Amino acid sequence: MMAHLPVLPIVIPLFAGALCVLTERRFPALPRALSLLSTLLQVTVALLLLNRASTGDIDVYLLSNWRAPFGISLAVDRLATLMLTLTTLLGFLAALWSLGGDDRRGSHFHAFLQFQLMGISGAFLTADLFNLFVFFEVLLASSYALLLHGAGTAQLRASIHYIVFNLLGGALFLIAASLLYGLTGTLSLADLSGKLAALGPDDAGLAQAASWLLVLVFAVKAALLPLYYWLPATYGSATAPVAALFAILTKVGVYAILRVSTLLFGAGPLAGLLNDVLPALALATLALSAVGALAATRLASLVGYLVIGSAGTLLFTFGLGDERAIAAGLTYLVNSTLVAGGLFFVLDQVRARKVHGDTLDPDRAGPPVSRAAGATAYFILALGASGLPPLAGFFGKALILKATIGSSWAIAAWTIILVSGLMVLVALARAGIYLFWKPEAAVPSGTPSSATASRAALALLLSAVLGATVLAGPIAAWAAATAAQLLARERYIDAVFAKVPAPPAWPNRAELEERVRQGGAK
Amino acid sequence: MMLFALVFGPLVAAVLVLLAAPGRRSAAWAAGLVALGSFGWLLTEFDTVATGTILRHSVSWLPQLGLTLGFRLDGLAWLFAALITGIGALIILYAAWYMSDGDPIPRFYAYLLTFMGAMLGVVVSDNLILMAVFWELTSVASFLLIGYWTHRDDARGGARMALTITGLGGLALLGGVILLSHIVGSTSLDVVLASGAQIAAHPLYLPALILILLGAFTKSAQFPFHFWLPNAMAAPTPVSAFLHSATMVKLGVFLLARLYPALGSTEAWFWIVTSVGLATLLVGAVVAIFKHDLKGLLAYSTISHLGLITMLFGLDRPMAVVAGIFHIVNHAVFKAGLFMAAGIIDHETGTRDMRKLHGLMRSMPITGTLAIIATGGMAGVPLFNGFLSKEMFFTELVSGDALSSHLNDFGAVLLPFAVMIATICSVAYSVRFIHDVFFNARPDELESRPHDPPVFMWLPVGLLALLCLAVGIAPKWVALPLLEVASSAALHGGPGPLPAFELAIWHGFNWPLAMSGIALLGGTALYFGLQARLGLHKTSGLPCGGRDLFVLTLRKLTSIAQTATSGLENGHLQRYLLLLFALIVVAVVLPLATSSWALSGPRQTLATPSFIVVWVLAIAATAATVIAYRRRLLALVLMGIVGLAVSLCFVVLSAPDLALTQLLVEMVTIMLMMMALRRLPEESPERREHLRAYRDGAIALAAGICMAVLAWAVLTRPPPATSVAPYYLETTVAQGGGANAVNVIIVDYRGFDTMGEITVLGIAGLLISSLLFRFRPTGPKAPQPGPPSLMLVLLSRLLLPLAIVVALFLYFRGHNQPGGGFAAGLVMAIALIVLDAGNGQAWVSRRLRADFRPWIGAGLMTAGLTGVGSWLFGSPFLTSTYDYPWLPGVGGVPLASAGLFDLGVFLTVVGATVLALFAINGLSEPDSAPEPPRS
Amino acid sequence: MTVELLVAVAIGVLTTGGVWLMLRARIFDVVLGLTLLSYAVNLFIFAMGRVRAGAAPIVQDGVAPTLDNYTDPVPQALVLTAIVISFAMTAVLLVVAIRARSATGTDHVDGSEPPS
Repeated sequence: MMAHLPVLPIVIPLFAGALCVLTERRFPALPRALSLLSTLLQVTVALLLLNRASTGDIDVYLLSNWRAPFGISLAVDRLATLMLTLTTLLGFLAALWSLGGDDRRGSHFHAFLQFQLMGISGAFLTADLFNLFVFFEVLLASSYALLLHGAGTAQLRASIHYIVFNLLGGALFLIAASLLYGLTGTLSLADLSGKLAALGPDDAGLAQAASWLLVLVFAVKAALLPLYYWLPATYGSATAPVAALFAILTKVGVYAILRVSTLLFGAGPLAGLLNDVLPALALATLALSAVGALAATRLASLVGYLVIGSAGTLLFTFGLGDERAIAAGLTYLVNSTLVAGGLFFVLDQVRARKVHGDTLDPDRAGPPVSRAAGATAYFILALGASGLPPLAGFFGKALILKATIGSSWAIAAWTIILVSGLMVLVALARAGIYLFWKPEAAVPSGTPSSATASRAALALLLSAVLGATVLAGPIAAWAAATAAQLLARERYIDAVFAKVPAPPAWPNRAELEERVRQGGAK
Repeated sequence: MMLFALVFGPLVAAVLVLLAAPGRRSAAWAAGLVALGSFGWLLTEFDTVATGTILRHSVSWLPQLGLTLGFRLDGLAWLFAALITGIGALIILYAAWYMSDGDPIPRFYAYLLTFMGAMLGVVVSDNLILMAVFWELTSVASFLLIGYWTHRDDARGGARMALTITGLGGLALLGGVILLSHIVGSTSLDVVLASGAQIAAHPLYLPALILILLGAFTKSAQFPFHFWLPNAMAAPTPVSAFLHSATMVKLGVFLLARLYPALGSTEAWFWIVTSVGLATLLVGAVVAIFKHDLKGLLAYSTISHLGLITMLFGLDRPMAVVAGIFHIVNHAVFKAGLFMAAGIIDHETGTRDMRKLHGLMRSMPITGTLAIIATGGMAGVPLFNGFLSKEMFFTELVSGDALSSHLNDFGAVLLPFAVMIATICSVAYSVRFIHDVFFNARPDELESRPHDPPVFMWLPVGLLALLCLAVGIAPKWVALPLLEVASSAALHGGPGPLPAFELAIWHGFNWPLAMSGIALLGGTALYFGLQARLGLHKTSGLPCGGRDLFVLTLRKLTSIAQTATSGLENGHLQRYLLLLFALIVVAVVLPLATSSWALSGPRQTLATPSFIVVWVLAIAATAATVIAYRRRLLALVLMGIVGLAVSLCFVVLSAPDLALTQLLVEMVTIMLMMMALRRLPEESPERREHLRAYRDGAIALAAGICMAVLAWAVLTRPPPATSVAPYYLETTVAQGGGANAVNVIIVDYRGFDTMGEITVLGIAGLLISSLLFRFRPTGPKAPQPGPPSLMLVLLSRLLLPLAIVVALFLYFRGHNQPGGGFAAGLVMAIALIVLDAGNGQAWVSRRLRADFRPWIGAGLMTAGLTGVGSWLFGSPFLTSTYDYPWLPGVGGVPLASAGLFDLGVFLTVVGATVLALFAINGLSEPDSAPEPPRS
Repeated sequence: MTVELLVAVAIGVLTTGGVWLMLRARIFDVVLGLTLLSYAVNLFIFAMGRVRAGAAPIVQDGVAPTLDNYTDPVPQALVLTAIVISFAMTAVLLVVAIRARSATGTDHVDGSEPPS
């Protein structure tokens, strides 16, 4: 089984999802158990893979037993396992939270959740460009389903924009991937890396165009300026466990940009493709997201802009492409993902318990939630989100600031990161004061107390946030090693090509071939 | 180790108090013991520190950032730590009586302890980053404490303002210390303090200095950031006494003292720090006179004194540094006492308004006496502690060589003159405080009859007043050793030589003494003059616009942000799409315009007439679709023709699998859209939007040209020499077990893609059925289809067996010929749908038990299990094998395990497609929706 | 008239029509546009394997398995996957449109009629 570990993050949710669909009519309670069990298993597998990747080796898995570049391969490097761990953790917490009742608002919740996790995990693991497209579609299809879960009007409205935007993104992905195939004759990322570098001057412009289209696709997902407009409404209208999981969705786009920029844009006509444009766009995204956060009149859109801002921050570091910057970005990523997930949980609590929902209208009198767990959780998460110490958000930000000293972006980056940090702080403080401090005018009757499962999920998430602070050193060390591994492209390429298929379990293929020739083919 | 306990003890205690939520007495006891214990430990260590030894302890935390949990206790840190814990213990004692039972007491002490731990963390940090961490933590704790009475508007507003301003400073400080540590290459305080010359010479010195000073100035409420401090007075009085007079606001000046060896001694330092300090000194002192609120007066007085201390550090003279440190201690002692006295008065009389308070000396003699002593310190009256440090200040100002290095003669005169004014004002407000509250006629119009509070409430004030006098009368014994060790630490970051000075009450007749005298007399005269001429009680106070400006700025910023955001994101999809298409065009055009590339290669194939016919059909149908798009049904038919033409195109161009699949999908899609159209308007409304149409047309044309150019460029090139394609052609028969390379790629080489693809299909089917489950559309009702014609009924029932045969045929030959599970599934689905349309779903449901959801689950399971099955043979997921068993009479039957996988595809395709189409079709037929799931 | 030119032009025309329709304000029009665009994309992917007549990638005995004798099978396999996915997503969008129209009373892409 250990040999098949890399494919488990995809296979486990596939089976869990399929079983949910198969059995939910007869055993309505089964999907919950399946979902919880499956996500727990996924966390375990992710941790095992994380442990394996910590040696620095890159595990490669040849699907259908075809060696690269002919079949599809999975590559388990540090970056993939880091993302995988975050994904499965949030997946588990989302499943747990949903037991509080969110999963009963529509049908097939757990099946969709599992397919969502399957798509995200596949996107992180695959070493094949077209397979990446397929997993993008899997995660998008299930994200539509989860977004529309319990379909309210706001969700329907938001989902139209989201779906159309992403369908277009899918078409674009196909164009870019096939164009690259047309130029190089391969789809394996490892193979593409070498072949793109070797392209002659006749093909340089075309390869660049294809690459830019590809980056554009990822930028839509990562919510990079000016492609983030779909995000606040979409995330804001989703139910809590879904939105919490969506916190990782933008990171898929960010991940993909990091992957292709380190692996594909390393040498030849594509070298340094993103270095001029991406940091500028990312900083602009960060700046505008802070403006949006300040302008937000609902907690939902405030959190949405925080997600955009963190994507902007990350893309800035990845756009710099320098090892220290990438390492700083990855450190920041861990915290920002967890914190965003947690804020969506809190958002749900607020919405459930307040008369005016999550509106932040200062002219309207209260009434906030009771100063229950929600306030403390919000406080801790807000500290994390605004990068105030002692939570890990601070360290990520400090590392990024440190990493940009000496680059040509230093002044712009420092100004924007510090000022936007302040704006986010102001916005979060205002929201928190309004939602949790302003006196209650009238308690809405029959306010549901959040379920035990949901509270447990939130508590676990908070401990993860605090854990990330205590373990800041190891996490940053891991991030640094990850950045180094990413920039040593050959290691990824060598690992993929070095993997040999398992010996055939069925001998004498030659003999079979003969029989085919005689009788099989017409 | 004890250093660790010093910092983390209070923090841990805070968490415990919060979790255990003890009663008010136990909470106070817990907090008090922590503070006293820390203070006691510090006392035992004084001798060690006084010898110049620096206590250290350090644990690694985040080496990438140079962050260690490193602590060091030198003289300066000791002094501050002692202030924090000593005054802290007194405050806790005081608060135990001050806080009322209605307040959430455990939270109060938890916040207070958090704050204490954070403060101690800042002052004993050996690491710049760690210092910034604790620095921000003090801001957060202060935010919580100011907003402690969350039901009060002023508390919420004050908390937010304080957090915003100090948060701004904290971020700046973070930036500053990162720059500083970059300059010296280390985050260790020792290294930084020893690298003054290197730092001053570095090009990044000025940005680092400005950022760090921003941190210091915001924290210490320096002009123009001073206004948060008076608004922080909404906090309970123990908090004001502790945080906002004695300790937290001293952090800024602590930072100046701490980093003086590293950053001081430059022109920039002198100019910025001195002028900001002077401005603050003046503003604070003048405004304080006109405050009617006791705490307001004290707050502005604090601002003014902080300005004085800042200015002392700015003067950039060793002796001024000593004076600054001395004044920090003195101010903490008398101001904490004064705040507590103000709290007592508020507590007893129910008001802090000096227009209502009179003659309290009679009813509250103890409080009055103690307040007078503390005020003596504040005004700088001889024999009180404040006199000594003020005297040192004056000495520095008038000593000839002090300022000549930075100022010309005029400035050297102006500066003492400005300070004189401030000092006179500070005497004036001190006199007002005492005169207005304790004398100035009998008490009247007060609700309760005030009296002195219980002993434990005035005891803390008494102790501080005693200290005031002790320092003022016998400075050599009480203050000198401490001042020496702290000053040398501030000047050198450790033991080092101090300027010669004598701590005595009497230095003979000299300029400083004269200045003190003028200040005392002038101040008293000023107060009584103002009272007589202006009637201080009738003034509405000086406008100190900070607060209003802040609120206005924030509001303005928010509204600008809202305008900007709604301007950018207007919620219109068309606009976002237009933007995306524009970006796509740019992403293609820009690289092509700036890099080398060849438009075409040598490859050209002459088109056959049949292809040209198909092509013309495709183009014409496309154009017609676009033109007729408003008439939806027509457009749909035309689009079907486009799809047909594309399928034919695939036929001609050697892609039979594509042609087959495209054709089948086309049929299903058109059916689906027709069904959907029954629930949507039949026409798109006409809108006058010519301009928009042209603009859209231009971008669409640009996108089309881009695609055509890209396609043309690749089409005319020879295939890449390194293409993987030949490998598939070579191995498909031998190793894939099928002649149809496309099909083998789909189920074997790239079977993993297919697994993802059917998952997408399955999700779509489930989503559609759950979206339409129990959904009864509102809005215009679709015309009910008439009764199905007998012909159609018969035909459709005949079709099913036929379709099953065709499907089986397609399924089995897929590996070698065009076909496969997907095509087979679609054929099957189409037949079922025709059956459905012909007979009505109720009929189908009865015969087919038409819940197709499990089909999806079963299909995915089959595909997945086929994949896992290969594990049994030690091969990776989805590894395929095949055989050709000979069946008598039939010959070789292709039997690849991939066929099983294809079965999964088949099941999923049938399930998802039928599910979706049934659901949509069911919309027009009430009560025939598939049976609902029970959950 | 070469096949290459015709295919490239067809892709361009289909794209133009698709993009223009996608920029219309009604969901149904957008779906039409997306469908046209997906034809264009399918042809484009297919074109990336170069085009020729009468050389389907079904390996025959005695015909050397090289790109000189067969067309490139890979893009064809990719198109198959792409067709299915775009079909599934189109169906989803249509159903969302039906639901949204029922909830909001309009099939405008923004979920509300623009002020006219």
